[in-house]
Amino acid sequence: MNIESITNPKIIIKDLNFYYGNFRALKDINLSIAEKMVTAFIGPSGCGKSTLLRTFNRMYQLYPKQKATGEILLDGANILDSKQDLNMLRAKIGMVFQKPTPFPMSIYDNIAFGVKLYESLSKHDMEARVEWALRKAALWAEVKDKLKQSGTGLSGGQQQRLCIARAIAVKPQVLLLDEPTSALDPISTAHIEKLIDELKEDFTIVIVTHNMQQAARISDYTAYMYLGDLIELGETSSVFTNPKRKETEDYITGRFG
Amino acid sequence: MFTHETRLKRQAIFDLLFRSLTRVCAFGVLALLAAIIISLLVGSMPAIHAFGFGFLASSDWDPVNGRFGGLVPIIGTLVTSGIALLIAIPVSFGIAIFLTELSPRVLRRPLGIAIELLAGIPSIIYGMWGLFEFAPLFADHVEPWLNRHVGTLPYIGPLFSGPPMGIGLLTAGIILAIMVIPFIASVMRDVFDVVPTLLKESAYGLGATTWEVMWQVVLPYTKVGVAGGIMLGLGRALGETMAVTFVIGNAHDLSKSLLMPGNSISSALANEFNEAVGDLYTSSLIELGLILFFITFVVLSIARYMLYKLGQREGQAA
Repeated sequence: MNIESITNPKIIIKDLNFYYGNFRALKDINLSIAEKMVTAFIGPSGCGKSTLLRTFNRMYQLYPKQKATGEILLDGANILDSKQDLNMLRAKIGMVFQKPTPFPMSIYDNIAFGVKLYESLSKHDMEARVEWALRKAALWAEVKDKLKQSGTGLSGGQQQRLCIARAIAVKPQVLLLDEPTSALDPISTAHIEKLIDELKEDFTIVIVTHNMQQAARISDYTAYMYLGDLIELGETSSVFTNPKRKETEDYITGRFG
Repeated sequence: MFTHETRLKRQAIFDLLFRSLTRVCAFGVLALLAAIIISLLVGSMPAIHAFGFGFLASSDWDPVNGRFGGLVPIIGTLVTSGIALLIAIPVSFGIAIFLTELSPRVLRRPLGIAIELLAGIPSIIYGMWGLFEFAPLFADHVEPWLNRHVGTLPYIGPLFSGPPMGIGLLTAGIILAIMVIPFIASVMRDVFDVVPTLLKESAYGLGATTWEVMWQVVLPYTKVGVAGGIMLGLGRALGETMAVTFVIGNAHDLSKSLLMPGNSISSALANEFNEAVGDLYTSSLIELGLILFFITFVVLSIARYMLYKLGQREGQAA
């Protein structure tokens, strides 16, 4: 399957290369991310799937020796263009990490933090926004009576949903999930997976996962990567049942990786 | 040949001894603290009897007629330490942000080591440098400027008027600031360094700027450590003797101006113990020591209480 066959791309990646110093971690990646779908990146450790994800919001720019070349077009505008305003980009592309990272403040302030960076809402509107985000993240029922309590006091699964709520409170268009359930127990993982399924109505979701079953359960498209190369991209059902490349088949059948 | 039981028994005895030893060490600290307080109290009894609470409010310091009051050195200690923190906290915060977030990797180690070296300079060297180099510079260039531009303002003007002599409370406060910056900055850097990368990336990922990340996420996350660093600096500023003695002027005069000479508790003690004749003089100096002890204790308690309140506001205690 080539990139043209994704009919409604939100993000188009052209000839993307990524370097950690002199090490080339991504090699000529060409890939499209479908709008309001879940695209999963799978592959063994070190294949570059997280690296690829982190180019979408230019997180790598925090680190001086990392650089990317090529193009990543978000609705046609190149993210990697140095004229692109980083903060505005990150308002459009939210991210959730391997481990829950609640800020050391109340649940309410955790959500309001990001919103305040871009909008000055009245108290009433902010309360409505916080509730909206927590409802979207399926956390409202559990925390509505303790919004003033610290976000760090929640359970791991709740914390991760708080982080998802925090990311979507800014109303981004794209949500990047970097192994969002790797630190969670199976029940919390199931919660998050169900949530991802609901969130794709509003957001374009890209998820990196170590867990192939997870990719099979929740994604519409799957990209298999190996050693910095994109080996195969296709509809998840066909990648898992009828992979076109031998390498993909070896990986998903557990013969390697 | 040792049987299994005797071995176990020996270990049990050794463990008991070890536990007792650690307990003795820990309680030794308490005993020492108590002994210091008691001897300060006993030593200052004659002065407390003679002057009562008036000692705290009186600016008399008249060894000839035997009238003593601690107001001047108490104010001097508080004001110089206050000036020091006012300058040192923001500067240290800036240093720590630069070292942890912004500095190129090659500069981090040399800069960090330089700051630690600054902390290792003996205080008497700061004092000499302050007296011979800094004070004249201050008198020739900074104080006349302050006189002309700040001294004429309403309310705060009187604080910055007066003859530009170079020595006085302001100079002492600035020298103290320079002395405590390395302490506060290196503690801040250390605690900022242990903030999880993912936490910072989460804030950057929402589009926060470096300032917003540091001020709203890193600082709250590290507040206990940062407060500890500030307390360490304040402890040094309150008790610092040699450097302050050189530049504060050692005058028992109460003045509105920060440019005028004053005195601090520790420098009064250092300067006058030698020449203190008579019980009342000695006892008054000891009472000053007791007050310094008390100030330090109160400051630490306030800091603890503030941290507790902060934690409550964030809902940690809820």
